[in-house]
Amino acid sequence: MLIKRGAEASIYLEEWCGRKVIFKRRHPKKYRVAELDRALQIRRTKHEPQMIHKAKEAGVPTPIIFLVDLEEATIIMEFVEGKQIKQILNDLPSEDRVRLCREIGRLVGKLHKSGIIHGDLTTSNMILTPSGRIVFVDFGLSEQSVDLEARGVDLHLMRRALASTHYKYADECFNAVIDGYREIMGDEITKDVINKIREIERRGRYIVGR
Amino acid sequence: MRGLEGYCLGIESTADDFGVGIASFDGEILANVNDVYVPERGGIHPREASRHHTIVAGRVIAEALNRAGLKPREISVIAFSQGPGLGPCLRVGATAARALAAYLNKPLVGVNHCVAHIEIGKMVSGARDPVTLYVSGGNTIVAAFEARRYRVFGETLDIAVGNCLDVFAREAGLRPRADKPLGAIVEELASRGKSFIQLPYTVKGMDLSFSGLLTAAINLLREGKYPLEDICFSFQETAFSMLTEVTERALAHTEKPEVLLTGGVAANKRLQDMLRVMCEEHGARFCVVPKEYATDNGAMIAWTGVLCYKHGLTIPIERSHVKLKWRLDEVEVPWVEQ
Repeated sequence: MLIKRGAEASIYLEEWCGRKVIFKRRHPKKYRVAELDRALQIRRTKHEPQMIHKAKEAGVPTPIIFLVDLEEATIIMEFVEGKQIKQILNDLPSEDRVRLCREIGRLVGKLHKSGIIHGDLTTSNMILTPSGRIVFVDFGLSEQSVDLEARGVDLHLMRRALASTHYKYADECFNAVIDGYREIMGDEITKDVINKIREIERRGRYIVGR
Repeated sequence: MRGLEGYCLGIESTADDFGVGIASFDGEILANVNDVYVPERGGIHPREASRHHTIVAGRVIAEALNRAGLKPREISVIAFSQGPGLGPCLRVGATAARALAAYLNKPLVGVNHCVAHIEIGKMVSGARDPVTLYVSGGNTIVAAFEARRYRVFGETLDIAVGNCLDVFAREAGLRPRADKPLGAIVEELASRGKSFIQLPYTVKGMDLSFSGLLTAAINLLREGKYPLEDICFSFQETAFSMLTEVTERALAHTEKPEVLLTGGVAANKRLQDMLRVMCEEHGARFCVVPKEYATDNGAMIAWTGVLCYKHGLTIPIERSHVKLKWRLDEVEVPWVEQ
């Protein structure tokens, strides 16, 4: 069953070997020559599970990868039961909301500390499981970097996502994210990253809300 | 809004072109005269190009007025390309514009070169609210209007795609001709290429990098193992696929109804084809700016000058210094409605 069709890939929810799983299939692009398109599909289909694995090593919960089918440019992975943070964040009592955001900040800090940039930190790419864990999904735009610029952009995207879908609590949430981030990254780097975010926003390159 | 009667003379001189255009306030282009500096060898030397501009400036301005059938006194506004661009070249256009404005006692408008490319493109193609891919020797930008400005969704992190093509072509020993720039020669060779060779493909989110591609392509040339046609083919396929991919991302993200292709590299048929195929998949309209208005030209400065003037965006001569690194997204465009 198709649950999401993006520019790059489609996401299906399927039964597979008696489990509920996610199929992520990358589309071929007609505008590219076949050899190039194929090479890119294979590279990206390989890259994403590698990044998901690195995130696990960094202590960030991510879906279990069951199979990587390069032929079909498809990744078969665990369907994470739970709710998207996006769906629940606005309805939580303030205290819980702050606690959750602080944990998200810690997880982002763990990614960044291990040189992983998620690339698409929105509250729809984070799932809260019934046992209370937060699982990060969709590493399709992730990259390895320890650059301040990349970290700044990553967190700026988080802030933008909060501002557009959780505008009432955006500041409270983002401050909590930064608090959690600071616990992992320390004062100095966090200060640099915050300054970087300000600079990025001043550039007007990325605009809040849509 | 001011009255609709009048003419704007626009001067473009950001790089190797010295162009003068004349636009009426209601959007008719009455003249678009251009004189391009062709280096004897190598790329554009800013000082040499500016010397060329100084020599041709008077003649090009006179010819534009002549074509438009206007006397200098009949011009109501003087506009010039204030940036971004090469300092010495920009200063020639700015000096000519200041002199005209002072002598004729007319208001002066400083136009952002990138905004001008988008505005003339919209006017001649009829696009209203496009995702613009602007590709030239100096710029590689994917932009769309959002909250008062053209926002940059993606851009090159190092060199422009046109520069990448030119340097590659010169390394391959190709020589430009007056009627055939290097890009067109590479395009022709590429159309005869048969086998694809893998080259670095660097897309980061919606940003691009061409320096790795350039180095790898030059290394292939030096190896001498592959026919030049195949290298050109692979080089073009890789560079243009990168451009199409980021344009697609911007289109999917913004949900705009159109894509506008402009800049010197817009003349390439293969790039046009790729974008057209991508647009069809998204149900978006694809518009290409005709060559005369896609490469650097004075008409785009004149037309954007009209838009600025109507919104009171004139500048006094003492604050008309050129801005070498003036970004597209620093400029508010009050004439565009959300």
